[in-house]
Amino acid sequence: MTFDVERIRKDFPILAREVHGRPLVYLDSANTSQKPQVVLDTVTEFYERHNANVARAVHTLGSEATAAFEDARDKVAAFINAPSRDEIVFTKNSSEALNLVAYAISNATTFPGAERFRIGPGDEIVVTEMEHHSNLVPWQLLAQRTGATFRWLPIDDEGRLVEAAIDEVIGARTKIVAFVHQSNALGTINHVERIVARAHQVGALTVLDASQSAPHLPLDVQALGTDFVAFTGHKMYGPTGVGVLWGRYDLLAALPPFLGGGEMIETVDMTGTTYAAPPHRFEAGTPMIAQAIGLGAAVDYLSAIGMNDVAAHEHELVAYALPRLAAIEGLRIIGPSEPVDRGATIAFTLAGIHPHDVAQLLDEQGIAVRAGHHCARPVCVRYGIPATTRASFGIYTTTEEIDALVAGVANVKELFT
Amino acid sequence: MSLPMESMYQQIILDHYKHPQHRGLPAEFDAEVHHVNPTCGDEVTLRVHVADGAIADIGWEGEGCSISQASTSVMSGLVVGKPIEDALALQEKFLSLMQSRGQADLSDEDEDELDDAVAFEGVSKYPARVKCALLGWMAMKSAVTEAEASK
Repeated sequence: MTFDVERIRKDFPILAREVHGRPLVYLDSANTSQKPQVVLDTVTEFYERHNANVARAVHTLGSEATAAFEDARDKVAAFINAPSRDEIVFTKNSSEALNLVAYAISNATTFPGAERFRIGPGDEIVVTEMEHHSNLVPWQLLAQRTGATFRWLPIDDEGRLVEAAIDEVIGARTKIVAFVHQSNALGTINHVERIVARAHQVGALTVLDASQSAPHLPLDVQALGTDFVAFTGHKMYGPTGVGVLWGRYDLLAALPPFLGGGEMIETVDMTGTTYAAPPHRFEAGTPMIAQAIGLGAAVDYLSAIGMNDVAAHEHELVAYALPRLAAIEGLRIIGPSEPVDRGATIAFTLAGIHPHDVAQLLDEQGIAVRAGHHCARPVCVRYGIPATTRASFGIYTTTEEIDALVAGVANVKELFT
Repeated sequence: MSLPMESMYQQIILDHYKHPQHRGLPAEFDAEVHHVNPTCGDEVTLRVHVADGAIADIGWEGEGCSISQASTSVMSGLVVGKPIEDALALQEKFLSLMQSRGQADLSDEDEDELDDAVAFEGVSKYPARVKCALLGWMAMKSAVTEAEASK
């Protein structure tokens, strides 16, 4: 099947709407993606036909709901080439997945059998300067709780990791290396294997934030070689409220729980409790049933298109957009200027015009972009800017929409001169 | 580019952004405040000089979006020379306009008093931007209160 963007657009009902009397040009998919009809239908059908709680009801609806929920786990496992379905933990979002790892690691301090995860004073946790706050703050907090030292890999003027720093910053004291696959603020795609090789050489655990890569690139957790991978459903054409933590089974099996509650236990006694095996150990309470099933439908939708074709389409988009945006006088791209190891998310500043004004005036032309620090404030600090305007593309983005953005930015400039 | 009728960016706002009034910090002042709006990263430093129960002078420096900078400019033009009581009453009036979510029903008298500040009415429909429009007004209120307390 060849990639047909016009056919894909028909799957997304929201793309037919108008904003301020103009056709919607949605360029904020890195913030959240739109949802295809099949995802909306799957969620509705679950509530209309099969709604029940999972893993506990013995009646027919309960069995159907459980089967559909666990089926979604299989789909996600296959989508990322996980060796086992039991390595897929459903969470609320990427933030929760990353916090889960960070809090489980600090719980290891007093948890029997979890010695390998213990960290404390003298140990080091390494992130990068381009992290989203969700893969930065949980590790700062973990360092604070345990007395470990928080360090980071710096970025260069082009928005790429400083290669030489990898061997320098990641060393014998490093216990955890948490880093982003594709930066939400810069578009940079990091060389995962390079960082993983160094981290494993020094015996550190690796945690990958794949929130911005899972929707756009083929993701193969076995090929990536990291120990944990986190991503979220709503950026990959699925519902909000569901995310995924993938972890190597031997690690998940030794990791203490994060949240306690229903369905995460083996046996509970007033004098002590034993815990369920992964993934259920990490899924306390009634999970996001309809949302996980909706994510399963999104994964099917993406797989039917083919992630290689998705990546190729978006590569064409970014290669088309970069020179056209860069040609606008006063426009500075924050992030790699060449479409190499780079996703279809482009952040920029416009001389003399605040990003919030740019975004608001683009909205008045029907164009939705994001303005701000994109939850990656250290990136703005690094480049000495308060904020950026960010246009981010997805499977339904067209070159005509990029033309509309370029024209829209020119209009904004005209208004301010 | 022609703006939609309901645009937040009225010509008056753009004019004040390009040609701000009372910009620059006066040497003679009774209070100085620094206010920030974390959403846009807008900042304003504002000095006020009060005399005989009135605002004798205001001056400010700032950076940020056009809404915050233009609104501070408009505010300065309106309150300099006004009795403090009237300036604070006008601040209240502007605050309720900003909290109206686009549903304000301004009387002719209100419009006269608010003058150029009426141009910000459209901002009230955008909750994320209301703080931008209020930045300078809130700074003026704190500065005046501080100046009064120090007398």
